[in-house]
Amino acid sequence: MVEFIIQSLLVTGGLGLVFGLGLALFSQKFKVEEDPRLELIQNILPGANCGACGYPGCRQLAQSILRGELGPEKCTVGGSKVVTEIANLLGIEVAEVKPGVARVKCQGDEARAFRRAEYYGINTCNAASQISGGFKQCFYGCLGLGDCVEACVFDALTMSTDNLPIVEEGKCTACGLCVKACTRKIIEIFPRENAVIIACVSPQKGPEVRKACQVGCIKCGICVKNCPKGAIHLEPSLGNLAVIDYNLCDNCGTCVEKCPTKTIVNYLRVPIHAG
Amino acid sequence: MDLLKLFIAALLVNNIVLMRFLALCSYVGMTAEPGPALGIGWAVTFVMVLAGVVTWFLNVFVLQPLGLTFLSTLIFILVIASLVQLVEIYLRKSIPSLYHVMGIYLPLITTNCAILGLTFINQREGFTLIQSIVNSIGVAWGYTLAMLLLANLRQRIKHSNVPKFLDGYPIVFILTAILAVAFMGFTGMAK
Repeated sequence: MVEFIIQSLLVTGGLGLVFGLGLALFSQKFKVEEDPRLELIQNILPGANCGACGYPGCRQLAQSILRGELGPEKCTVGGSKVVTEIANLLGIEVAEVKPGVARVKCQGDEARAFRRAEYYGINTCNAASQISGGFKQCFYGCLGLGDCVEACVFDALTMSTDNLPIVEEGKCTACGLCVKACTRKIIEIFPRENAVIIACVSPQKGPEVRKACQVGCIKCGICVKNCPKGAIHLEPSLGNLAVIDYNLCDNCGTCVEKCPTKTIVNYLRVPIHAG
Repeated sequence: MDLLKLFIAALLVNNIVLMRFLALCSYVGMTAEPGPALGIGWAVTFVMVLAGVVTWFLNVFVLQPLGLTFLSTLIFILVIASLVQLVEIYLRKSIPSLYHVMGIYLPLITTNCAILGLTFINQREGFTLIQSIVNSIGVAWGYTLAMLLLANLRQRIKHSNVPKFLDGYPIVFILTAILAVAFMGFTGMAK
């Protein structure tokens, strides 16, 4: 009987000892040397794991920065503070980053862009846009079902009462998740300092745009004629849609006043879309 | 032929999840998306085969000759836990890419009851080494199959109009039950 107990103790203890020692030896032999700076960089990064840099998480970006493949400015969320801190840590030079912000290039909410059908399907823009181009008269504008709001991890997007996304600039980190989420591709990251935006992406001709939406670009060219800097042109590849060259634009706002359909918005004066 | 029968039996007829009702925690927890479900399936296959082989040697050469089979629960848990650790350390050093793919799934498997269950099945049935390996692969692929089935079903459920009181885990349990009923159709095909 005693022999039996001793045997079980020996087998269990012996096996435990063998496995324990084996693991200890093994982990010594297969030790992975990790750069201590990796941890430091990861701590500086925002840690939101939002994926805006193209990596699944902040750790992978930290590894990539450490290998010198990508610069710290790839992290748009952290902004210049994070970039300078990482640059100081690694002793590298980085270009100054211009902070960005997401802006919605459409003003076609329920009140101003007309519907051509009622939609009772799955409540996402992605689903709605796949059924004969969406329920709105305009095939290019906002559907207002809030895929972008769903995608935002920083709570910077809300839907207005008329179903148009509103970007809260204080919270927006320019990560670009909403840009990816938008099926209509009407959200874009703009530099924060460029406040004048042409809030329409429709390449359709003037009369068609007029039928679909009160605030769409009708390609009249008045902004082009009136811009004191000559910064606006009608882009033929986009169906003569007005496009601002931000190297020339100085946010004077003349085009905003002259635009007959109020398609152009100045975010310096109007912090948030009206309505 | 017998091995093929054994394999089919482990894969379908006695499916570890849907007929033996083991590993239900990871079955419900890890099947929100098909990608991770497949990932954990591979990791489980890997560990199951290793654990099957190692426990077979321990069982035949240590526990049975000494008449200590009552210790098998303790010993097998020890073996599985150590094995997972070993594999993790080895992968991290030698095949980092695979390590990152399996990533968090490996440690999770340590406490997966399907693996312990498999070692007991091997022991109880008195399998030879070859039979143990075939059975391990069969069971592991059966597990992966069940995981993938549920993961894809859950993808569909996401886009359907589920009543509020069934939304979330309740509907998953119902799905599991229906799947299990479907798998009952295999009963009697092989032992």
